[in-house]
Amino acid sequence: MEQFIQQLVNGISLGSIYALIALGYTMVYGIVKLINFAHGDVFMVGAFIGFYSITFLHLGFFPALLISMAACALFGVLIERIAYKPLRNATRIAALITAIGVSLFIEYGTIYIRGAQPEAYPNNVVPLKSIELFGVKISGQSILILAVSIFLMIVLQFVVHKTKIGKAMRAVSHDQDAAKLMGINVNNTISATFAIGSALAGAAGVIFGMYYTKIEPLMGIIPGLKAFVAAVLGGIGIIPGAMVGGLLLGVIEALVSALGGSLWRDAVAFIVLILILIFRPAGLFGKNVREKV
Amino acid sequence: MAKTLKNAKGFWGTIVIVIVLSVVIQFLINGGTLNSFYVNTLFSIGINIILAVSLHLIIGITGQFSIGHAGFLAVGAYVSAIFTMKLAMPFPVAIVAAGLAAAVAGLIIGIPTLRLRGDYLAIATLGFGEIVRIAFLNIDYVGGASGMTVSHLITWPILVACVIITIVVIVNFTNSTHGRACLAIRENEIAADAMGINTTFYKVMAFAIGAFFAGVAGALHAHNFYIIQPVNFGFLKSFDILILVVLGGLGSMSGSVIAAILLTIISTFLSSYPEVRMVIYSLVLIVMMLFRPQGLMGTKEITAFFKAGRTAKGGMQDDKHTVA
Repeated sequence: MEQFIQQLVNGISLGSIYALIALGYTMVYGIVKLINFAHGDVFMVGAFIGFYSITFLHLGFFPALLISMAACALFGVLIERIAYKPLRNATRIAALITAIGVSLFIEYGTIYIRGAQPEAYPNNVVPLKSIELFGVKISGQSILILAVSIFLMIVLQFVVHKTKIGKAMRAVSHDQDAAKLMGINVNNTISATFAIGSALAGAAGVIFGMYYTKIEPLMGIIPGLKAFVAAVLGGIGIIPGAMVGGLLLGVIEALVSALGGSLWRDAVAFIVLILILIFRPAGLFGKNVREKV
Repeated sequence: MAKTLKNAKGFWGTIVIVIVLSVVIQFLINGGTLNSFYVNTLFSIGINIILAVSLHLIIGITGQFSIGHAGFLAVGAYVSAIFTMKLAMPFPVAIVAAGLAAAVAGLIIGIPTLRLRGDYLAIATLGFGEIVRIAFLNIDYVGGASGMTVSHLITWPILVACVIITIVVIVNFTNSTHGRACLAIRENEIAADAMGINTTFYKVMAFAIGAFFAGVAGALHAHNFYIIQPVNFGFLKSFDILILVVLGGLGSMSGSVIAAILLTIISTFLSSYPEVRMVIYSLVLIVMMLFRPQGLMGTKEITAFFKAGRTAKGGMQDDKHTVA
């Protein structure tokens, strides 16, 4: 039982990282209908920026988190402006292939610049004690991860629902042409979406580095894909869906490892994906939309 | 009628030229004129041609964006390796078995996922490729992570035979009623459905045939490289195959073949700088999609260039219709 709760806590920590990445996927998909394959690599870049600001600039955890988020926001906008914007009216497959290309370019560009060797995150950045709760030891880092992700999600909800840019984002995702007619600057709104999503991925990267202590240039692929699964699980384009999907996926993975299938852990996410696509393609929170001819 | 005969004549003429050429190469190999480096490159080119053409059937002809092709390659490689190494069967039997196993895998994955469209299908096939890789990683019978050693059974005649059979089957499929149905699905799935084409059936069929030849390529791959490991069949391998099809032109078989030959030669020369190779690959993908999304050849075949005047009137080969 104790081990079960321990695994559950691990699952929630991992799940909140997935949720943070999934939010970026889901927002971008909601607004431009593009699976941004490069999102996992923005997460990787975020982890590295966090690492360098902690080790070389000797910053604390929170300044490093902020720097990484800001840099990733800029990076995300750059990717959108250079690679995706010219393809806005192209077919979905062309955009998807470009996204794959951008993703590979970031991964191997990073390897080309700094080599493929992994880095160890300093683990004494945040001195936090573990807490005993119902006889289960919960590490301070798990609590910090959960707190940071919940805080960021609340901020995101506020931005999307209470601010002008959030309103514009919702309008563009609902109907791009109508939004344009209403005087909304669609290009800026899409860039803002990429900025917010990438900032969240950057934050997830720093948190991930702190939790797992090892980062490397190809680390973004698997979490990126799984976060996409989480976004589909919750219903792609739906922000609360991404949060729930991320947490759910993290817990499912942790439970599978707890049941002795740790080698199969990576496969579970994809099995979940295929099952959800077959039985409920709109996701847990999605509405079934009929296709118009 | 006369035109079909003429086309068929040109087609068989090409086959005869290829056979003559491969016999010459066989003599060169036997005579020792080509050293092992060139022989290996030739083998890689052949395997990549089969892979590119099989994926071309799925993406270029049927328009189903699948990025899990390495999964079928892995199934073929492992099944053929089990047949030759564990069951001591002859290599040709192993090739057929590998193809059949991959086709069955294609059916299993195709029937549920091909109801999905576009992006979702892409992700589902990617997920399938990963599941296959992780499954082989966890099966001790085939060596787990350390992989399986396979003897080098591939020979030039077998390779050439496989390449020719693949191309002949896929060309004939494309020009048959079934191929027309697949093209209709590519152009507009809803319209094809409305015209009475059983879209799911044809999509699954194209998927299974593509998977079959990917399995054949897997068998050749396994018996060319001495060792197979799950790590070689990750999605990077799928992207390697995808770029052949995209670069050649989605919908052009000769384009895929040309791209397979070109990129294999380029990547052989860049093999000591793997990250440079990947940076170049990714830039090619991005630049290609930005400036020439239809690929090198568009949907044209290479034969179209030799009879440009005629097609201009007939209007069979137009550049407008393409998947990308």
